[in-house]
Amino acid sequence: MAVEKILMPQLGESVTEGTIEKWLVGVGDKVNKYDPIAEVNTDKVNAEVPSSYTGTIKELVASEGDTLEVGELVCYIEVEGGVSEEETQEASPEQKAIENHDAEAGNEQDQPMKRRYSPAVLRMAQEQDIDLEQVKGSGKGGRITRKDIQAIIDSGEIPKKGGAKTQPTKEAPEPKQAATVPAQQPPKANATEVPVAEGDVEIPVTGVRRAIANNMVRSKHEAPHAWTMVEVDVTNLVNFRNSVKGDFKKKEGYSLTFFSFFIKAVVEALKEFPQMNSMWAGDKIVQKKDINMSIAVGTDDALFVPVIKNADEKSIKGIAREVTELAKKARTGKLKSDEMQGGTFTVNNTGAFGSVQSMGIINYPQAAILQVESIVKRPVVMDNGMIAVRDMVNLCLSLDHRVLDGMVCGHFLARVKEKLENISKENTSVY
Amino acid sequence: MPVISYIQAVTQALREEMQRDKDVFVLGEDVGVRGGVFRATDGLYEEFGEARVIDTPLAESAIAGVGIGAAMYGKRPVAEMQFADFIMPAVNQIISEAAKIRYRSNNDFYCPITIRAPYGGGVHGALYHSQSVEAIFASVPGLKIVMPSTPYDVKGLLKAAIRDDDPVLFFEHKRAYRLIKGEVPEEDYTLPIGKADVKREGEDITVITYGLSVHFALQAAEKLEKDGISAHILDLRTVYPLDKDAIIEAASKTGKVLLITEDNKEGSIMSEVAAIISEHCLFDLDAPIKRLAGPDVPAMPYSPPMEKYFMINPDKVEKAMRELAEF
Amino acid sequence: MAEKRHEKLGLSDQDVLDMFETMLLARKIDERMWLLNRAGKIPFVISCQGQEAAQIGAAFALDREKDWVAPYYRDLGIVLAFGMTAKDIMLSGFAKAEDPNSGGRQMPGHFGQRENRILTGSSPVTTQVPHAVGVALAGKMDGEDIVTYASFGEGSSNQGDFHEAANFAGVHKLPVILMCENNKYAISVPVSKQLACEKVSDRAIGYGMPGYTVDGNDPLAVYEVCKEAADRGRRGEGPTLVETVSYRLTPHSSDDDDRAYRSREEVEEAKKKDSIITFAAYLKENGVMSDEKEQEIQERIKKLVDEATEYAENADYAAPESAMNYVYGE
Repeated sequence: MAVEKILMPQLGESVTEGTIEKWLVGVGDKVNKYDPIAEVNTDKVNAEVPSSYTGTIKELVASEGDTLEVGELVCYIEVEGGVSEEETQEASPEQKAIENHDAEAGNEQDQPMKRRYSPAVLRMAQEQDIDLEQVKGSGKGGRITRKDIQAIIDSGEIPKKGGAKTQPTKEAPEPKQAATVPAQQPPKANATEVPVAEGDVEIPVTGVRRAIANNMVRSKHEAPHAWTMVEVDVTNLVNFRNSVKGDFKKKEGYSLTFFSFFIKAVVEALKEFPQMNSMWAGDKIVQKKDINMSIAVGTDDALFVPVIKNADEKSIKGIAREVTELAKKARTGKLKSDEMQGGTFTVNNTGAFGSVQSMGIINYPQAAILQVESIVKRPVVMDNGMIAVRDMVNLCLSLDHRVLDGMVCGHFLARVKEKLENISKENTSVY
Repeated sequence: MPVISYIQAVTQALREEMQRDKDVFVLGEDVGVRGGVFRATDGLYEEFGEARVIDTPLAESAIAGVGIGAAMYGKRPVAEMQFADFIMPAVNQIISEAAKIRYRSNNDFYCPITIRAPYGGGVHGALYHSQSVEAIFASVPGLKIVMPSTPYDVKGLLKAAIRDDDPVLFFEHKRAYRLIKGEVPEEDYTLPIGKADVKREGEDITVITYGLSVHFALQAAEKLEKDGISAHILDLRTVYPLDKDAIIEAASKTGKVLLITEDNKEGSIMSEVAAIISEHCLFDLDAPIKRLAGPDVPAMPYSPPMEKYFMINPDKVEKAMRELAEF
Repeated sequence: MAEKRHEKLGLSDQDVLDMFETMLLARKIDERMWLLNRAGKIPFVISCQGQEAAQIGAAFALDREKDWVAPYYRDLGIVLAFGMTAKDIMLSGFAKAEDPNSGGRQMPGHFGQRENRILTGSSPVTTQVPHAVGVALAGKMDGEDIVTYASFGEGSSNQGDFHEAANFAGVHKLPVILMCENNKYAISVPVSKQLACEKVSDRAIGYGMPGYTVDGNDPLAVYEVCKEAADRGRRGEGPTLVETVSYRLTPHSSDDDDRAYRSREEVEEAKKKDSIITFAAYLKENGVMSDEKEQEIQERIKKLVDEATEYAENADYAAPESAMNYVYGE
């Protein structure tokens, strides 16, 4: 005696489920092979499902009205003298093959792939002057993978030719002797160095956090940062913006922020000072034709820098809209990677959280970043010697001193300042 | 948001476009009273009548050719080929006519026809109800070929196809029709033809595929995630012309690329994707470009074990992804 | 003298003079094309010679203000009657930018002009027949009173697209005139090796439509059946198959040598029935056209063709890189 299963059959191409419309048999009924046992509905056909065996219905697993996927159990039937299918099942040959393969992989001792370098590994090793002989590979057959090299670059510990061999560690390779390695090491991402006490919260480093960390380290490490600041009287801008923001919101459905005006002024100034819109490329400086404005957008746990492409072709309104859209996308995790690429200069709205002065880290490989601080009311001595209460803002510029010098940055900032101070109803259009 | 099946998304897109534009009409075999052999045009005959939901004679070249004529006149026909396998008699109309009408008339005429056809295997359809035929058309400038993977993409892309001013072949995976369900907004929206879509962000390996295999790759990625392998999955969505930027970006991201198609391997869409990657991404590659595809035999056989042997499935995808990650 | 044939058909003297003039224009343009080809100025010619009467008879039976045509590569007469000019045709021959058919992209004879409701055509034969059916279907859907015309050779009547389109039009009772211009040769293969039936029109019954075979050298005979076919279509009674029998007076194309497969005697015999001669004779016999009038027409056409040739030869080619344009909507 054996108990067999009757399963929901596939009734037609593309059909994946069926509904038991009506049972035509009950528990204890004797059925012959191909006797109908149930009426089944699908969205393609309606059919009577026949029994696959001769025997006695033992249990109706599905009830009338139940919708079952193809292959799901419908009922059990007791069959004379058979051997249940389940008992005969063995691992499929394919499954065995996979198991064997895994066993082999685990036993690999030698490293035949150690010196088989992929184009990416070779390129990165050449760019960073990494001695591949000293690198331990984590790939198949000891192959050095692109990720292995990236980990070395991120760690900043570059094994050079002539230097000591790397000591293989579980994390990134660590040089024993630092003769040819830069003396100053950025802090290493190594959890063991930080003592963790009870009650401390350990937050795993996400991909985004890791990317931020790497970019920051790289920028600070490679680009010599210099810093400068100007203060700007934006009383006129504040008045102008306050006079139009209500109508604008009503008409366009999003806010006309101060930030958009600042971006516009920076973009216009970049047009006049293209040196600012450039990048360090080792043996040359690349001055970018397009002005693609990166804007920093903070979320609860990360920082995104989406890009307003061809910002010089946009009105203040256009900029305001893109800022709104990009910020929304960043905060809902919907930013596409191409929306974060191609930036040529960054503006950071640090004023949004009350900061009045900050030193930005340059968005690598750009040449500079401008921090727009809070607008605050301050007493100011005017040209006529009188003291007035004015809306003042600080603009802080971090620059890559390899690319830029104080002079051009000073002129640039002066131009931005001039533009902002001259904003008024008469000479400014948001459209 | 309502959850509907892949085929319901087809029907919804057709219905909404027919409501929106009186120039949209449907023609094909059994699309009328029967509502399509897969039920893709279910309810349209009742709603729009026999003048706009046309049961044609059984003659594929005429279905395409008559549609092309109506499109040149200014209509927006949606022609159904009952199975992609049966599109062959219409190939001359599609390749010699529809694809070239704008070009050969120097932009005087254009041909806004959409040709829908169910393709793909895994349904015991044997040689002539299982084929992937996209590669035949994927070297024909003037055509666009859309092959969506999710109900959301189906609706947005089918609407875009119908509104497109050029001929679009819209291939629907027949196994996905009732297997794949997903959230689809009730409101009107379109998705851009010619744009691939990142279905999953990952760091270790890149999988580029389309159609049902997208789901296989997503399932496999979930399993691999548990083993610390992170897969980046790009759904081509439009297989001609290809979204080269997205392919280059996705391939460069990890340097390890697996290309999956259910079609026969040689000369498949993935052959072209591989060529694009090798042209543009050599110095980012960290492993040979790998293709997982059907074998180079005419088509998948009826016998279930042979069909399974031919067909891409989640296990094969997982195995290939794992091997690449380990390389 | 009893009522003249054309009057019985409702055609005025001016109508038949216009018909003659259009036939002659087609012939003269065609002859000029051959001269230009043999002078090495244009790469390719494909002729209408011998089929002008059929084409003009059919075109004049249609409403040239609203009906649509899907011509085949010999239908110079059709497209001239539908509004194309000698200059347009010459620009196409020289493959110049201003060619309205294709901007110099297609070989001569591949007609198309949306403005005049001439569907763009290709080289694979008979593909245009389903297009004409599609336009008829679309017109019917919109409640427009239009008839469509598709023409093709007797060899092409073997193509699946002819049969599929004819059947579709028959089933859906669409206003289509399917006109087979039987010129007795498909390149070198004579009609006896093309058809198992006696006449192309015998095929009509299979698709539920009437079929007529008429003298393709007689524009009035062709006009008569095509007019009836158009009226039938407009009445909602469906398509009609018309077979016009004439003779291809030239080799298949400028690249063909017909001496390899047919005798000069046969060709000379056919030239005696040339419609340009016989229709002129009819017009003179019936007092519609005087010798002076004929002379005037001849001179007017010669001037037109000369000017068109001159203009087209000196016109600009499209920029080479414009080959990249219009693959898709831009």
